[in-house]
Amino acid sequence: MDALSERTRQRLKSGLLILSFFVIWEVACIVFKVSEIILPRPTVVMGALVQFFPGIRPHLMQTLYTTLVGFGLGVAIGVLIGAVIGVSRVAYDTAYPLLVGFSSIPKVAVVPIFVLWFGAGTTPAILTSMVICIFPIVVNVATGLATTEPELEDVLKALGAKKFDILWNVSLPRAMPYFFASLKVAITLAFVGTVLSETVASNRGIGNLMMIASSNFNVPLVFAGLFLLAGLGVALYVIFSLIERRVAGWAMRKQDFAMG
Amino acid sequence: MMAAKPAAFAPPAPLLTSPERVRPLISLEKAGVTFGRGANAVEALTPTVLDIEKGDFIALVGPSGCGKSTILRLVANLIRATTGHVFVGGREVGAERVGIGMAFQNPTMLPWLRIRDNIMLPLKIVEPFRSEFRAKRKGEFRDRAEALLEVVGLKGFGDKFPWQLSGGMLQRANLCRALIHDPALLLLDEPFGALDQFTREELWAILQKLWMDRRPTVLLVTHDLREAAFLATRVCVMSARPGRIVADDIVPFARPRTLDMTFEPDFVALTQRLRALIVDARTGKV
Ligand SMILES: Nc1ncnc2c1ncn2[C@@H]1O[C@H](COP(=O)(O)OP(=O)(O)OP(=O)(O)O)[C@@H](O)[C@H]1O
Ligand SMILES: [Mg+2]
Repeated sequence: MDALSERTRQRLKSGLLILSFFVIWEVACIVFKVSEIILPRPTVVMGALVQFFPGIRPHLMQTLYTTLVGFGLGVAIGVLIGAVIGVSRVAYDTAYPLLVGFSSIPKVAVVPIFVLWFGAGTTPAILTSMVICIFPIVVNVATGLATTEPELEDVLKALGAKKFDILWNVSLPRAMPYFFASLKVAITLAFVGTVLSETVASNRGIGNLMMIASSNFNVPLVFAGLFLLAGLGVALYVIFSLIERRVAGWAMRKQDFAMG
Repeated sequence: MMAAKPAAFAPPAPLLTSPERVRPLISLEKAGVTFGRGANAVEALTPTVLDIEKGDFIALVGPSGCGKSTILRLVANLIRATTGHVFVGGREVGAERVGIGMAFQNPTMLPWLRIRDNIMLPLKIVEPFRSEFRAKRKGEFRDRAEALLEVVGLKGFGDKFPWQLSGGMLQRANLCRALIHDPALLLLDEPFGALDQFTREELWAILQKLWMDRRPTVLLVTHDLREAAFLATRVCVMSARPGRIVADDIVPFARPRTLDMTFEPDFVALTQRLRALIVDARTGKV
């Protein structure tokens, strides 16, 4: 019981700290008379969010849809590549330099190429978010699969285990924590990719909305877009954390796992 | 108890050179191992001859890096001999399926499985258990795991996760995992190396009992000479790298051996002899 209240208290503390961040922002804007064109106060941003919400909604759905599709594709492809790289030495040596090189390319640079191929709109946005989130997934899945204790491998091979037995019983479950860690990074990156592409080449989505709002000097609306993106990112992050807890809880704080 | 009959000698074991001996379960015929090639080549094991009878308990001792683990890995068919041959069950290693259980110093329990499921892992892999695993997982196999857990003193811990157990308890579980499929051959690489003296001695007694009940052929690598003399029917001493077997002693004490026996003069004399051999081997005198 004591431990529980301890945790609740800690959560309360961090909640208060986050809240105070916004309060300081608000107060600082008022005290230093910061213009709304430069930095709107949080309350003003929230006001704009509520006021324009009917107009924002379709953009929000568009961005969410694009991101989730891009993320889903990215995960599928990332897991596939990661599995191949993690299992085969040759594939690792071949694909790794390519991947590193590819991931070093700023993604802004690939958007025009996608637009060239597929035209402006949803497709380049999906592709950008996919491309941007593949790398962390590949690296984590590959690492997770490749780190099997040599002794355990010997024990299993001595039993006559085939490669698949080891993969299924040991490597895959062991890779789960790595996989989820990468999902949490990837989902936030997927948003970056979507918004990037929407900003450059789309007439829908939060990125596009923010572009238009800023050219109209509607700065509170720009910030409302930012808030929404941050909120979506946090929400999806939390969802994956919860799934992670269920599937790979053994790798996390052990007491929590024992209780849940 | 054992103090009553101090030098209790077992009937003399058959000499290795005896002509009418049965075909050994394991035999290394000038098996040597070299890792790497050219300038990087490391000879881990000079061509070695070693015969192990079925049901024997062999302890391999020797200076660090002399190739003890290499011999184990050869017998388990995890590596191939660079020269010579390894026979298991009369045929070239790997040709015949021999049930092998293996345990290392590192217990390597899977952290996401309960101890019972960890122990049952070999049953998921080895035939004939493998094809029946789904059907018997909750019944016969589970009972089997529970029975083993009880023998090693872990009754009631089957539901725990590995991180809820101490190092000594994990090593007990490790023994269970190595034995669950009733292997004909048990390969142990310093299984008790990381444990405190008391736990270790307790596990010696458990391992002895398991061996006497089931009579697998055991190949135990150890640095502890008391352990070797307590458990083994034969102790093989190896020279420094590149290793070869420089002494092959039969341990005559009657079973079940007790800890008290390890303080008797005969036993102490044996461990000291082994010690001297290894010291010589280290300094390259042999
Ligand atoms: N995969 C490998 N590649 C290269 N050299 C190796 C390899 N495995 C072992 N060796 C070398 O072979 C020699 C024998 O190794 P082995 O593991 O059999 O020693 P050991 O007797 O078990 O030693 P210890 O008592 O320290 O465990 C060592 O010198 C080691 O450096
Ligand atoms: Mg070794």
